[in-house]
Amino acid sequence: MKMLRGLLIPALALLLSGCDAVLISPAGDIARQQRDLIAISVVLMLIIIIPVIALTLLFAWKYRESNKAAHGEYDPDWNHSTVLELVIWSAPLIIIIALGAITWTSTHKLDPYRPIDQIDASRQVAAGTKPLVVEVVALDWKWLFFYPEQGIATVNEMAAPVDRPIEFHITASTVMNAFFVPSLAGMIYAMPGMETQLHAVMNKTGDFGGISANYSGAGFSDMTFRFHSVSDAEFDSWVAKARAQGGNLSREDYLKLEQPSEREPVHYYAKVAPGLYNAILNRCVESDRMCQNDMMALDRQGGQGIVGAYNVTTSAALRSRLGLTEAERRYVGALCLSRDGGTATSPAGRAL
Amino acid sequence: MNTPDLVKLIFGRLSLEAIPYHEPILIATFAMVAIGGIAVLTLITRAKLWGYLWSEWFTSIDHKKIGIMYMVLGIVMLLRGFADALMMRAQQAIAFNGNPGFLPPHHYDQIFTAHGVIMIFFVAMPLVTGLMNYVVPLQIGARDVAFPFLNNFSFWMTVSGAMLVMASLFVGEFARTGWLAYPPLSGLVQSPDVGVDYYIWALQVAGVGTTLSGINLIATIVKMRAPGMTMMKMPVFTWTSLCTNVLIVAAFPVLTAVLVLLSLDRYIGTNFFTNDFGGNPMMYVNLIWIWGHPEVYILILPLFGAFSEIVPTYSRKRLFGYASMVYATVVITVLSYLVWLHHFFTMGSGASVNSFFGITTMIISIPTGAKIFNWLFTMYRGRIKFDVPMLWTVGFMVTFVIGGMTGVMLAVPPADFLLHNSLFLIAHFHNVIIGGVVFGVFAAINYWFPKAFGYRLDPFWGKCSFWFWFVGFYVAFMPLYVLGFMGVTRRMNHFEDPSLQIWFQIAAVGAGLIALGIGSFLMQLFVSWKRRDALRDVTGDPWGGRTLEWSTSSPPPVYNFAFTPVVHDLDAWSQMKDHHAERRTEGYLPIHMPSNTGAGIIIAGFAFVLGFAMIWHMFLVAGLAFVGLLVTAIGHTFNYKRDYYIPADVVERTETARTEELAAHV
Repeated sequence: MKMLRGLLIPALALLLSGCDAVLISPAGDIARQQRDLIAISVVLMLIIIIPVIALTLLFAWKYRESNKAAHGEYDPDWNHSTVLELVIWSAPLIIIIALGAITWTSTHKLDPYRPIDQIDASRQVAAGTKPLVVEVVALDWKWLFFYPEQGIATVNEMAAPVDRPIEFHITASTVMNAFFVPSLAGMIYAMPGMETQLHAVMNKTGDFGGISANYSGAGFSDMTFRFHSVSDAEFDSWVAKARAQGGNLSREDYLKLEQPSEREPVHYYAKVAPGLYNAILNRCVESDRMCQNDMMALDRQGGQGIVGAYNVTTSAALRSRLGLTEAERRYVGALCLSRDGGTATSPAGRAL
Repeated sequence: MNTPDLVKLIFGRLSLEAIPYHEPILIATFAMVAIGGIAVLTLITRAKLWGYLWSEWFTSIDHKKIGIMYMVLGIVMLLRGFADALMMRAQQAIAFNGNPGFLPPHHYDQIFTAHGVIMIFFVAMPLVTGLMNYVVPLQIGARDVAFPFLNNFSFWMTVSGAMLVMASLFVGEFARTGWLAYPPLSGLVQSPDVGVDYYIWALQVAGVGTTLSGINLIATIVKMRAPGMTMMKMPVFTWTSLCTNVLIVAAFPVLTAVLVLLSLDRYIGTNFFTNDFGGNPMMYVNLIWIWGHPEVYILILPLFGAFSEIVPTYSRKRLFGYASMVYATVVITVLSYLVWLHHFFTMGSGASVNSFFGITTMIISIPTGAKIFNWLFTMYRGRIKFDVPMLWTVGFMVTFVIGGMTGVMLAVPPADFLLHNSLFLIAHFHNVIIGGVVFGVFAAINYWFPKAFGYRLDPFWGKCSFWFWFVGFYVAFMPLYVLGFMGVTRRMNHFEDPSLQIWFQIAAVGAGLIALGIGSFLMQLFVSWKRRDALRDVTGDPWGGRTLEWSTSSPPPVYNFAFTPVVHDLDAWSQMKDHHAERRTEGYLPIHMPSNTGAGIIIAGFAFVLGFAMIWHMFLVAGLAFVGLLVTAIGHTFNYKRDYYIPADVVERTETARTEELAAHV
């Protein structure tokens, strides 16, 4: 008995320690709503699961061969019951209809692209509130955060004022990662050449952990960062600290930073080259590379491909099918590349 | 003028550098494998078994022998895949507080990739294919599969794929990308080494085998059923096999295609999945999961079938709700193509897309639930004998519903945002794959073993194996569920938070228990072989079976059935027994059978060389292997000695011997 207690107490303590697991007691409203969904779906499913497990064990025990008492019930040819079949198909169906309805509404409500409308269960976001914009880049193997509003950038550390909505724009430099601050909100992939978004809010102050949740190579296990949830005043002083301690992040600096490294220490940048995040996203940080969005803009306007096609399509029918009528002929006359940030504009309307 | 570098043409990028002699773990493993291998080879040579193995097994086109060889392959590879699992559990249990553990990322990342690839492609697939190969023709009253040579060839292609994975252990390295090799990580820029090429060629070579065996079994089930066996009189295992093979034939070409695109990116510089030049890695993720999700049903459906045979047999009762069982299987088959996106809700699809795939995923749980209820009500009012297969089945029913529940939790997209890629996810799919596929395979092995070998498996070691696996599974994976809630994600090499360590230590203990389970199973095989006379079954029907495979002798003669059975009812053999059908003992006719051929193993051998040469860019060798492959394949079409007749008097002698044996044991 004593030994049993010796085993039970640590086991219980262990289970209790599991209860303050980060996903069960999160600090952000989105993670909290997501946790509630987990709880609701578990409860709904237990309505089916518990009877199934109980009946399995009960039938296995009761109808065992050695239980002579149940032999009277033995019916080797009983194999169909319309009522039972209706029940076994419709009971799960009803649960799934309920869960499906919850899924549809909650997936739309908690869509990471959708700006949040509540700070927590009792407070709505005031009209006109500007979210804090953070642009996130997953590098090999560290995190780069841009704060366009503040004009700073940081590596492996971010901060945000408590209760202020945050709007993340997320991309990556080379491989897929996932941006995940478990106590804030669920994860979203960070992918090169593409942008994902996440809207979230932190309701408690504190120092939280962030990770890459999608395996990305050798340095992946140490690809962590700190997330400081702080008061407005502390946030301002954090920004001031970054400005004071940080240097300049030019495009050349970025290309050096982008090189694979592990356990990169936290550091700050007071000044960031204009348009750097967009250049990373569109894979044109190097000055001799065309930006993806420019390329896509060219294509949208007919592109060089289809204009070029005019010269090789001899049949009028094919030309009209491709939309190559004389009136709509458009050419890309020249592509401009500028090293010193002149006034040339790209087809996407972006200053080159 | 440049002269082509002959050495490079022959050896490509293969050099002595490729031998990982600086990795002590690998050297020790290699030494063990080499010593063990030499010992086995010497024993075979000493016993002069090569001729026997070659003519009776390797070149055999008998579906029963091929089925058994598939099972052997699956069990051997299970040992390799499980060794990987043990190393991962050990690494994660000790790599805390700055301790880097014993596996650096370079090695560790290969191990978790190899673990996934081996367990799915070279353990689970051979095991379920082996079961279907062995059982289906017997269950439908056929003498072999529709294309017997193709069957042998499929098996050897699977072996070639497995050998490529094994070769990567000692020559070069395996992929460090995770088991689905997502680009851009698996692209040439991020993974220039041979690892991903091993991955690609192993799966491509084995994939040919899998696809062909799928076609083979579909043709067999559709065309070769005994007279009277209409679709709705097919045993449930045959039904689930049919659906599985339909899934294989529809899904594996997608895998082949996506791996071809990836190899084009890696070999000739296309940009399907690269970051630049319009490449789109998300397309790879979609395509591979369009194969990947049906794949999990390919693995589980045959075992659903096996449970549907086992439960009625040991409950000594007809299966409850046969028709709804069949419809549930078909519904699962169709729906399994409509859920693939749930593997990447977090990749940024819109809310409507995510909810669509979330809800279709939940809908699959309805027919699955119906199946569970059907087994439940088959037990109801039965008279259940708890032989080992039934223990596995009850263990499965309890465990699988928990896995099903956590699966539906993951199907709610916003919940998945928290749990995706976490150890909760790992726990979930091990919950369904171990609780479903592995438990099912062990149930099926214990159930059909006496059919294949003529003696039952030792129940004591069978029970040991079950209880170690069952308890071990819970001890190993429940902590992972908890860790998932603590925000711990998969594929981590080491950790900082010391409070997590205890959970990993518990999980490692669980893995140890599972190791005992596997050990007990091997012990069970050995002990049963030692005690084969005591465990002998001469009736051919040790459990009171209900389907046709139990009507013939154990092991069945080459031709399975001396007379093609005629089926009148769903449980054909039960019905024959109920009506005291007499075994026909005269009027034997010569039986037309296919002949053995070595073409399958030779072509697959060339495929292995081709794959290996392509991996190492040994293009001259690859070209020669390809030519050899083609020549053998074409040459085989000129082989007209494809069949023979078993004379009627040989059949009569075999059947009379059985008649006497049956009479002696009444």
